[in-house]
Amino acid sequence: MLELDALTACLSAPACLVNQTTSGLIIGMLLFLVASGVTLIFGVLHVINFAHGSFYMLGAYFAFSAYQATGNYFLAAGAGAVGAAISGIVFERFIISRVYGQNVLMQLLVCYAFILIIDDLVKIVWGAEYLSMGIPAEFRLPPYRIAGGFVPPFYLFMVAMAVTIGLVSLYVVTKTRFGKIVRAAAHNAPMVSALGIRVNVYFALLFGLGCALAGVAGALAAPVRSLTPGMGLGILVESFIVTVIGGMGSIPGAFLAALLLGLTRSIGSVGFPLFVDGAMFMMMALVLIFRPTGLLGQGSLR
Amino acid sequence: MSLLREFRRDIAIAIVALLVLLAIGFGISSPWPRDFLTSIFAFGLLAMSLNLLIGYTGLVSFGHAAFFAFGGYAFGLLMQAPGFTGAFGSASIPVAFVAAVVATAVYSAIIGAICVRLTEIYFAFLTLAFQMFLYSVILSAVKITGGDQGLMGGIPRPPFLGIDLGDPHHRYAFCAVVFIVCVLIMRIVTESPFGYTLRMIRDNATRAAFLGVNVFRVKLICFIAAGSIAGVGGIILALFTSGAYPEWAFWAQSGEAIFMIMLGGLNVFVGPLLGAVALRILNDVVQMYTSHIDIVIGLVILFVVLGLRRGLLDFARDWLVERQQAKLAADARKGDER
Repeated sequence: MLELDALTACLSAPACLVNQTTSGLIIGMLLFLVASGVTLIFGVLHVINFAHGSFYMLGAYFAFSAYQATGNYFLAAGAGAVGAAISGIVFERFIISRVYGQNVLMQLLVCYAFILIIDDLVKIVWGAEYLSMGIPAEFRLPPYRIAGGFVPPFYLFMVAMAVTIGLVSLYVVTKTRFGKIVRAAAHNAPMVSALGIRVNVYFALLFGLGCALAGVAGALAAPVRSLTPGMGLGILVESFIVTVIGGMGSIPGAFLAALLLGLTRSIGSVGFPLFVDGAMFMMMALVLIFRPTGLLGQGSLR
Repeated sequence: MSLLREFRRDIAIAIVALLVLLAIGFGISSPWPRDFLTSIFAFGLLAMSLNLLIGYTGLVSFGHAAFFAFGGYAFGLLMQAPGFTGAFGSASIPVAFVAAVVATAVYSAIIGAICVRLTEIYFAFLTLAFQMFLYSVILSAVKITGGDQGLMGGIPRPPFLGIDLGDPHHRYAFCAVVFIVCVLIMRIVTESPFGYTLRMIRDNATRAAFLGVNVFRVKLICFIAAGSIAGVGGIILALFTSGAYPEWAFWAQSGEAIFMIMLGGLNVFVGPLLGAVALRILNDVVQMYTSHIDIVIGLVILFVVLGLRRGLLDFARDWLVERQQAKLAADARKGDER
């Protein structure tokens, strides 16, 4: 099961190290975007959006269609984010806001229903086959060579985008008026609404923001992964692991945990290919046993 | 013996139910009712055992089908191993049955020990995560499990004690007996002092802890019991389909089980069973009209959850209680007038 020779050979060769690190980084960044949406929504609305993977999938499909229509990847990525945000707001207003504060069972069931419906709709609109977008025209450039390893320019763009978006959303939530209102409403919604602020609108916008993060992740993933109905679930489960390891409600924690998981995945695929999933779950179990609030989580939220 | 006396009513109902099931299975020559009921036995046990966690203990598990699949695969793998069937000969079915249930119990003890210390939301998605882990293990261990093809080649069914599970009638009767016994066990668990401890934990875990209940231990025992019974459901389905398939461990199977509970009713003992029957019939009916079953099922779920807000039997029970109370109130008014 353990391929130590391959692992040491890779770790001592700079070329392999660069390749594995970059692929680990992009896995980590996609996970970070999805997980930060989950963590943001949970931190404020106290619901776990089990349907978050569906918005990742919608982002990817919207970006795919927009790219085919316009041929411009940047527009396509924007379409993915906006499309996911709008679907998220609709989902929030009409479905999940009706089960706020109710027990987890109801939240789980409406998310399950939403996943079923969206997966089937995607099948109707785009077909059940695997779709592939390919590297967009803007990024069909020769890869950079770093220490013998190849780094495609698109990968650099992905990492830069993810880090920027992560920083911006952290800024929005902690520093802006919007963020302050949302956090105040999370703490005491009736009080905030008594001050003349339409709390529901802010909740819907925050939900939309969380879904936009998933949509961007989907749009960024579209060129490098194949699109299929049901693609959301895999990343959903991994992003849960990220939020558990990083600490619920903490965006920096999600970043750290996503990097950790991405690197485990990419380096693990060389050193212990059959045990990559196992290693991720072991990490999660260890965190839960020894530090249930997660690496950077605070308080007794468990 | 006191157990027998205390539960004599439930035992009598169980015996009557078993006789009815057997009469249906043997009286009707077409195989359809047998096949339908056998699948209800399997999925009914999945849903009812899940309700031990959700309805009685308040632990919303989103990964219960993992134990269902684990039981089915453990049983199938044991029966397919030539060494195992060689060593136990005609006793291999009962031995494999017990071994698979024990293995499922051990597996649920490991998962439960990690998960039950967490509160609601964490619990729900950790159980989901562990289920998806099992799913990916089943898919990737192609040499053992057959990967996405499932356990192929059939499960051998050597006769034991004059019971030949290769024969559809024998198999149906065997599954019916196993099912009724499991339901009876669950009934006894939920109506015993242990069952009331579960309800107390659901309603107020802190209070239970102050009263000296070891909440972690009680939850874990419940988790193991529920997992093992789900494993029995998996074994029934493995016997029925003569194989085991990775979809059993897929997350949608757990979602379906949760919906069965919700549809039938959380707070009535046989609610999940009714839900399993209703969902099965709904599936079959929708399938006749469209291939996009998921959209229809999704809309039905939204209607039940957001519209009715409770299951069918919960609805009926609430209606009965309301009527009784209205009658009592009317009687009281009449008394006042006099």
